[in-house]
Amino acid sequence: MSAVSGSSSSPTRPPESAPGAAAAIEVSHLTKVFGPRTAVADVSFTVARGEVFGFLGPNGAGKTTTVRMLGTLIAPTSGSAVVAGISLGPARAAEIRQHISIMPEAPGLYRRLTVTENLDFFARLYGLPRREQRIAEALAAVGLSDRAHDLTANLSKGLRQRAALARTLLNDPSVMFLDEPTSGLDPVAAHEVHGLIGTLRDRGVTIFLTTHRLDEAQRLCDRVAIMNTSLLTIGRPDELRQKLFNRSLAVTTVAPLARPDQVFAGLPGVQSWQTADQPADQSAARPAGQSAARPAGQSAARPSDRSGGPAGPRPAGYVLTVSDPAQAAPAVTRALVAAGADVLSIAESQHSLEDVYLELIDDTEGRTR
Amino acid sequence: MSMSATRIGAVIRKELSEFRRNRFILVTATILPIVFLISPTVTILAIKASTASTVLDRRVDTSLFLPLLIPVFVPALLSAYAVVGEREQGTLEPVLTTPVSAVEFLLGKATAIFMPAVGVAYLMFGVFVAITQIGAVPAVATAVLHAPQLPAALVFIPLLAGWAIWVGLAISARATDTRVSQQLSTLASLPPLAVAALFSFNVISPTFAVAAAFAGGLLVIDGLACFAVARVFDRERLITGTKPTSGSYRTRGA
Repeated sequence: MSAVSGSSSSPTRPPESAPGAAAAIEVSHLTKVFGPRTAVADVSFTVARGEVFGFLGPNGAGKTTTVRMLGTLIAPTSGSAVVAGISLGPARAAEIRQHISIMPEAPGLYRRLTVTENLDFFARLYGLPRREQRIAEALAAVGLSDRAHDLTANLSKGLRQRAALARTLLNDPSVMFLDEPTSGLDPVAAHEVHGLIGTLRDRGVTIFLTTHRLDEAQRLCDRVAIMNTSLLTIGRPDELRQKLFNRSLAVTTVAPLARPDQVFAGLPGVQSWQTADQPADQSAARPAGQSAARPAGQSAARPSDRSGGPAGPRPAGYVLTVSDPAQAAPAVTRALVAAGADVLSIAESQHSLEDVYLELIDDTEGRTR
Repeated sequence: MSMSATRIGAVIRKELSEFRRNRFILVTATILPIVFLISPTVTILAIKASTASTVLDRRVDTSLFLPLLIPVFVPALLSAYAVVGEREQGTLEPVLTTPVSAVEFLLGKATAIFMPAVGVAYLMFGVFVAITQIGAVPAVATAVLHAPQLPAALVFIPLLAGWAIWVGLAISARATDTRVSQQLSTLASLPPLAVAALFSFNVISPTFAVAAAFAGGLLVIDGLACFAVARVFDRERLITGTKPTSGSYRTRGA
């Protein structure tokens, strides 16, 4: 177990996505019903060994229930799973628990015991040899060595979260389930936890990360799954962005274009355009060349209109849906220059994982309403 | 997986550490026994040499019965908190993610409660006998020392404590609120105490055979209770608060 490296960059090592023998977790048609309510419906996915797998969804989406099923805390209503190479079920539940660790959202530490006493208790429950050494290593890994003998009741929420994380490291698990591991942590502590997750991934530990922080998922996860009772989508963050959103160019000019429809018409690779910052329901994308339906005298939306600055020409933004940004950008630049426009910027629009998430969740919630 | 002494020991060790640092538990475990010591001691010391033998016998019976409340009430309160308390403070779920089995967890809890409860009960009984031997008039001191309830109490203290602990743990494993659990556990601890009271007050003739049969019955119940309570200790119900589905992890002590 090594100390936190501080590195929290994007994953550099793509996971092997091959299911089967290399998989750390294989889930097949997992379903959980509580009385009349279906918490998890027919979920199937595979997590490769050494992968950081993000599990996203709104409150009540079934994320924690899924983790509890995979962690042998609750039994599935139907479906099957293999965790750490062991089939899920009562007969081998204790064996699975020996090879995994789960960090619930609440730290769950004994407040009247010191940090070391808490860890020692869990080390004994795992039947670990060299307990003192393991505890020292776990505390060092989360940067808590100097608070080892403090009562956990005297620790801040963030430090308790770190102590809980140290607890999950004790048994050197092959699969870790982390439920909101950076919840309540300040940015520096969260950064250290991200670094620790990166270190664990480099050591081959499979991490199943449940989080509401989409930036965290985007930064840390090799793949993410988005669920809302059932699985909505699964894939690498960049794949999901491409799958859900058209590629587009964001163009900003010093002043609004007099006839943008003429400027963007017929350009190679440009499929449609719209003014930026315009609500989607009021600005249906127009095929290139078609006049914008805009009230007389109103020009393109101005990104800085809300600033309340002095009157006069202000920058105007346009979003162009393109088939290939590399092909379209030079043609758009030439067309703008030819039209006498002063160009401030042309860049490919980047959709975040948050955009993907909101698109999918809005879509499913719209369907259920 | 076989039962692990290390895991049971870990639970005992943790529980005892928590008891030491929990003011509520310390107060419960000391105030109640002291109350149950003071009352009979004062009663015995107040008996005069001229007191009629029937009155003397009745007062000795009552006085020797009161310390039997210690191994009932103290463990009932502690065991009632044992599972639901962990659930309320959020520490139960992390424990259940480890390989510890229901039987190991419950045995650890029960042992950790049994040791101080029985220890304190014996201590209070010893103090009571010692004070009465020193302070009571000779006839009364002799009556206390030779009362048949004295050796019976030594046998029944651990048996009553065992009953109270297992009943308390069973209720605690199903309760959703600590206060409800403690009230129910205290009530559920009373039936064997009621039988002991009937012996003490000679409502049931306290022959050796009857007392031995009662003690044997309690011993069998205490011995098997661990496995029975493990059946009601259901991880799914404890974590989600809902009735478990088939195939739940309570089976096989998992």
